[in-house]
Amino acid sequence: MASGNFDKYKSDGSPAGNLLEWVDARFPLTANWKGHLSEYYAPKNFNFWYFFGSLALLVLVMQVVTGIFLVMHYKPDASLNAAGVPVAFASVEYIMRDVPWGWLIRYMHSTGASAFFVVVYLHMFRAMLYGSYRKPRELLWILGVLIYLCLMAEAFAGYLLPWGQMSFWGAQVIISLFSAIPLIGGDLTTWIRGDYVIADATLNRMFAFHVIAIPLALIGLVAAHVLALHEVGSNNPDGIEIKAKKDDKGVPLDGIPFHPYYTVKDIVGVVVFLMVFCAIVFFAPELGGYFLEYNNFIPADPLQTPAHIAPVWYFTPFYSILRANTVNFFWIDAKLWGVIFMGLGVMILFFLPWLDRSPAKSIRYRGPIYKWALALFVFSFVILGYLGMKPPEYAFFGLIPGDYVSKACTIVYFLFFLLMPWYSRIDKCKPEPERVTR
Amino acid sequence: MSAAVLRTIFVALLVSPLAAMAAGGVKLDRAPDRATDRAALQNGARLFVGNCLNCHGASYVRYNRLTEIGLAEQQIKDNLMFTAEKIGEPMGIAMPRKDAKEFFGAWPPDLSLIARSRASGDGSGADWLYTYLRGFYRDETRPTGWNNVAFPSVGMPHVLWELQGEQTMGADHKLILAKPGKLTPKQYDDAVGDLVAFMVWMAEPQAQFRKQLGVAVLLFLGVFFVVAYAMKRAFWKDIH
Repeated sequence: MASGNFDKYKSDGSPAGNLLEWVDARFPLTANWKGHLSEYYAPKNFNFWYFFGSLALLVLVMQVVTGIFLVMHYKPDASLNAAGVPVAFASVEYIMRDVPWGWLIRYMHSTGASAFFVVVYLHMFRAMLYGSYRKPRELLWILGVLIYLCLMAEAFAGYLLPWGQMSFWGAQVIISLFSAIPLIGGDLTTWIRGDYVIADATLNRMFAFHVIAIPLALIGLVAAHVLALHEVGSNNPDGIEIKAKKDDKGVPLDGIPFHPYYTVKDIVGVVVFLMVFCAIVFFAPELGGYFLEYNNFIPADPLQTPAHIAPVWYFTPFYSILRANTVNFFWIDAKLWGVIFMGLGVMILFFLPWLDRSPAKSIRYRGPIYKWALALFVFSFVILGYLGMKPPEYAFFGLIPGDYVSKACTIVYFLFFLLMPWYSRIDKCKPEPERVTR
Repeated sequence: MSAAVLRTIFVALLVSPLAAMAAGGVKLDRAPDRATDRAALQNGARLFVGNCLNCHGASYVRYNRLTEIGLAEQQIKDNLMFTAEKIGEPMGIAMPRKDAKEFFGAWPPDLSLIARSRASGDGSGADWLYTYLRGFYRDETRPTGWNNVAFPSVGMPHVLWELQGEQTMGADHKLILAKPGKLTPKQYDDAVGDLVAFMVWMAEPQAQFRKQLGVAVLLFLGVFFVVAYAMKRAFWKDIH
């Protein structure tokens, strides 16, 4: 052990060594480098699903950096310019046309928003495959769900900023949901909007949330998420604890230092991700209307409601759950039930670590019930997402009403969680191995 | 782990967006792709300025941007620039918004982005414009005397009627050319193709450059992948 701050790192006499010795006596640089990178031991059997954590971090950095440059030219102003266009909308087109490389920065940011949800959904699915939320990683999971909540708030606030038709009417639909809350609903929506309608005040506060408040919370939560991970150690596809078997130096037998092994591996993942990401940015930035909705190329018009209002794809599963509630029940309005179930749909994720009673963590050793339950859950989540983009009267092949399907999928979604304490316990699991396999 | 379960999940993930794209609606004609045809774009610019820019603005497009479709600044000033003093000004209109509302019942929308905003599950924005501009027909029940197949009860009269002539709606819901215009139907389709190509260009002037740059970026990433993968293999060779 170092007896004083000056013996923590001994310089080899080179200028770089001297500098590191000087810094280390004043800041835990080497200690953090070792603790989080060069001597953080990660299981050696990470597979494809383990790329998405580092990719989420990459997308976060990309969103922050592109966001900074966008803010230099974007104007959160709903008033009309001389040509009769809202200033906010016109400033986005100014970025697209007149700011050097502005189009690239804007497309990276708009594609990055969707990419963030893609990698985060896959990251969460990984946790469900391998039981990464189970003891001792409950808090790690909870921090992750909080990040997901922040991400949704961030995406919602950001989507209003271009001030297009979908920005405006999407926000109108979502904020008016709060009016379903009894007694205070009406006043609450006015308070959120800062006006009786979606207006300049709403745009300005969403701008403040999007560029300051939520990113601050997001970055803090991500730091906490990584710290919690490094405290408990990473799970792996076998769902067993590598810390249970250590060598005489205290290093897990199945662990390898994160740096350099996973840094070089994650670079490969980053390159593959960037290939997909750039293919979208350069060849299909609208991605067929899924990443940039066509209606959002029309400036916001409070007097003209679009025929069909749909949120962006990453919100549509929950939007479907909202719409699936069409029955007034227990003297409570269907709209309020929709809001309640939509909220519960996200909140129930917090309880996942305690709902799962399976003896095995990883899907490799779980029995058939969980495999089918997870498959059904993913299937219904995807169908809910699909239906959320469709008008409510949509029917599959013109025959099967989408409304019934979304009701059925909503039930499957909730039963996956609510029945988990029972079906996970009675499932026939295989024995977990002593050491990690391939 | 059960490969069958994973396969089910993947198929579900893959199929759903494809199904989403197969939404039905008005059958749109496919617009010709003339994004790189400079003569077509220039002819489209001429048609746009001569016919559309009287009522519709293109307020995000600056006149000097037209140099990117191969026009010289002097050519733009002499032939196209009627609503601005300086070449760097946007393609606005002189008509005040209030008057426009009074004349037409609605403010003629800015057309800078129309080729992007009119895209839908039924086709691209270009397809819609191509169908719309060729889809006007005589309808005495409308205040302007015109209706449109792609935009029922449209507020705009048929501005290009001198070129196309007058169509009427046949009994079998097919358009009939009742009175020929200055152009033959084939020539008219060709002219509209040019006009639509220009509007597509106008909606995203850097689109061609974006695609060219994309090829270079993906080639770079391809090389980067080989290097990154070789580095990973080298570092991991003693991990079993």
